[in-house]
Amino acid sequence: MATQTTFEVGGMGHSIKRKEDPRFIRGKGNYVDDIQLPGMLHMDIVRSPFAHAKIVKIDSEKALKVPGVLAVITGETLKQFNLHWMPTLMSDTQMVLPVEKVMYQSQEVAAVIATDRYTAADGVEAVEVEYDPLPVVVDPFKALEPGAPVLRTDKEGKKDNRIFHWEAGDRAGTDKAFAEADVVVKQNMYIPRIHVASIETCGCVADFDRVRGKLTVYMTTQAPHAIRTVFALVAGHVGLSEEKIRIVSPDIGGGFGGKVPVYPGYVIAVAASVVIGKPVKWVEDRMENLQADSFARDYHIAAELAAKKDGTMTALRIKTIADHGYTDAAANPSKFPAGLFSICTGSYGFQKAFVEVDGVYTNKPPGGIAYRCSFRVTEAAHTIERMADILAQELKMDPADLRSKNFIPPDKFPYHSALGWDYDSGNYQGALTKAMDKIGYADLRREQAEKRKRGELMGIGISSFVEIVGAGPSKHFDILGIKMFDSCELRVHPTGKATARFGTKSQGQGHETTYAQIIAEELGIPAAHVEVEEGDTDTAPYGLGTYASRSTPVAGAAGAMAARKVREKAKKIAAHLLEVSEDDLVWEVGKFFVKGAPQRSKTIQEIAFAAYTNHPQGMEAGLEAVNYYDPPNLTFPFGSYICVVDIDRGTGEVKIRRFVAVDDCGNIINPMIVEGQIHGGLTMGMAPALLEEISYDESGNIQGGSFMDYLVPTAMETPAWETDKTVTPSPHHPLGAKGVGESATVGAPPAIANAVVDALAHLGVRHIDIPITPEKVWNILKEKGAAE
Amino acid sequence: MAKHGIRVTVNGTAHEAEVESRLLLVHLLRERLRLTGTHIGCDTTHCGACTVLLDGHPVKSCTVLAVQADGRDVTTVEGLEQDGKLHAIQDGFIQEHGLQCGFCTPGMLMTSCALLKSNPSPSEAEIRAAISGNLCRCTGYVNIVKSVQYAAERLR
Repeated sequence: MATQTTFEVGGMGHSIKRKEDPRFIRGKGNYVDDIQLPGMLHMDIVRSPFAHAKIVKIDSEKALKVPGVLAVITGETLKQFNLHWMPTLMSDTQMVLPVEKVMYQSQEVAAVIATDRYTAADGVEAVEVEYDPLPVVVDPFKALEPGAPVLRTDKEGKKDNRIFHWEAGDRAGTDKAFAEADVVVKQNMYIPRIHVASIETCGCVADFDRVRGKLTVYMTTQAPHAIRTVFALVAGHVGLSEEKIRIVSPDIGGGFGGKVPVYPGYVIAVAASVVIGKPVKWVEDRMENLQADSFARDYHIAAELAAKKDGTMTALRIKTIADHGYTDAAANPSKFPAGLFSICTGSYGFQKAFVEVDGVYTNKPPGGIAYRCSFRVTEAAHTIERMADILAQELKMDPADLRSKNFIPPDKFPYHSALGWDYDSGNYQGALTKAMDKIGYADLRREQAEKRKRGELMGIGISSFVEIVGAGPSKHFDILGIKMFDSCELRVHPTGKATARFGTKSQGQGHETTYAQIIAEELGIPAAHVEVEEGDTDTAPYGLGTYASRSTPVAGAAGAMAARKVREKAKKIAAHLLEVSEDDLVWEVGKFFVKGAPQRSKTIQEIAFAAYTNHPQGMEAGLEAVNYYDPPNLTFPFGSYICVVDIDRGTGEVKIRRFVAVDDCGNIINPMIVEGQIHGGLTMGMAPALLEEISYDESGNIQGGSFMDYLVPTAMETPAWETDKTVTPSPHHPLGAKGVGESATVGAPPAIANAVVDALAHLGVRHIDIPITPEKVWNILKEKGAAE
Repeated sequence: MAKHGIRVTVNGTAHEAEVESRLLLVHLLRERLRLTGTHIGCDTTHCGACTVLLDGHPVKSCTVLAVQADGRDVTTVEGLEQDGKLHAIQDGFIQEHGLQCGFCTPGMLMTSCALLKSNPSPSEAEIRAAISGNLCRCTGYVNIVKSVQYAAERLR
């Protein structure tokens, strides 16, 4: 879509500077921990050293003697109000504080309320807890074995550790296709447990006003409106009513999915504020964040791909064990316990596919949330993109040729996939060709052949991924029954400036800028004159929040539709002012003019003024609109990435020499911001591919519980990303946009893994599980006799 | 716990405070002086969100005791803008889109500012090495490097 606006107006396609930046570069952001209210108390949390243990006794006596400690809250305290358990977003249950037993290491056991954070920490040290350890179940496969200890003893009649079984596709048809296949490749792969580790941890300030009966919670949340409803549902029985609950999500220091769930800390802080009648702040530290907040992934995948001899893919069969920890606290739409994992047929035209996932309880923290991706899409993309390379290796085909042979062609869109999705638009070959040209693919293959002769290890990896984002059509998508629409309320003021409020919440994506650009494009009001607000449930319209790349596809669309409603009314006012019929008016960005007489016109600013000063008799005054947008379909961003790695035979270190990312997110609102999102996404794609993993020993002790062990990429490991684009608009989105915040996190890991395997393929290596650490590579080199 | 009287100059203004031995510099800045631009992102001195300049040198203020700042000069992100004019490094981050959520930004700015004082023409490798103790989860660092290069050019 060619923009209709000048750079000064700043509509679609302009790289205007961000409206957020002036406060952030001055240190004038307002994050949760910056909030300091009069009389505010601090909360700190006692956590379990055991992964599974009965609580014999909690002794608060010494803690209560620490000067400044006001209260110690335990599960027994909350039980009096029936608040010791809460529902998860997946309709499972989660302890707020335990009464009988703890289920994972670092689980919340008690909370100390004190006058300042140091005293609260002193109080935590002084709380004495006696535990009686229970058998620990860490391995999800063992958890499913007969005779395994049943972990959820709180669930009456529960006889095993299975949470759910979910499947999609045609099992019999797929089995038949496999039986008839020329070639079948199989691979088990593990997508490890990782953590989003936003640089700001989670926290809140809960402030209950006893006189007004109003609870305000300033909180690190990506979905303030849904959280308000959850609070009202969970605590309705103790008198919290939804109109008396205000959730404020102030500036958020990165979310990536980790700030969607309701963590026990939030609920305890609210309970403490309600009981004590003073504001209570809780901000977790980094170790609490890594050890107790919801994790992502942890999928044990067994994949099989069937094909013809010429490389034509015919069928895909996937069986997965999903380790959800002790409760299913994922943040998936309620009908999708395995998220959108069934996008696993990727960019390819499979005739048949079948996928099944079993969710399992273990003694680990709860979760299964996203790590900067739409519900389980990264797991799906990694599986299919690795399997494509394994098939290419089996058939001795170039992985680019194999992909080209199997891409869904551009003229087949909208495309109905074997697992039931209707892809909106795509040109997969276009993106791959562009990436190959940009990186010089043929030359790289020649260089690789020469280096192999000299014993040097160089690999080239491709990933041609497709995403499924922007949930979603309300007929399929809801969270706890609340439909996944999103919203915009747009007010144009008498002087032609506007305020636009949305149901989403930016965590760094730049909504204050891009949403203003959408309004600018639709109305011609300069983006500089559009104030965007989000995150305050008292003022913003209800929406489901920002995650799964849904802000532009859903709330952005709501912004465009609200602006179009305003334009409809503006047209009536313009007709009145120009004394012509509406049919005689033509819209040109920022004004209506009379057909055939362009000098007779009214600007949107003149019309706005008239809406309050000279509106037609019989028409309501004002110039406002609200839109709740229910998208007709999801959007399907895609891209092709090519990664070149060199491997040090002495250390096993993988160095990314070049990485070219060609993305297609449909029409672009702000190219500068889109490029920034891709850079960040690529880095969060590289992280699990090469560095990050949270693992547990057999006693359930976490092995990556601080930044000492959990390796978030620094500027040293991160390469200079090279980006480019193709533009294939979404046919159903009002602006033709698709969403981009997570594409690169989804697409990058298989490109890197494929490159490393490609570097070692001639040694007989076919697969390496991520993260591909120097240790893993060095051990392979040693085993193959290729280490230096 | 023992208390100590300290005198610290922050962004050119002298402050006196009575502090516990264990009080961290970052908490003195954030909670006593209400300079909340300096952020806390970890507890193991890895993330660098709390970076400030102590006598002109970048330090992680989560690993400096307030008493260690006694008699010394501290510069925080709030001290970069002078007389209503942004420091070149602040302008660089805006121009080159060197920030997204903004949480690591104050620390990045202070580290970069110190780098440019000691090395007015850093190479890309030198910039990357200088900011390697500051974690950013949003930007992928490419535009942060460009932001520092933008500022270096303006300051030369």
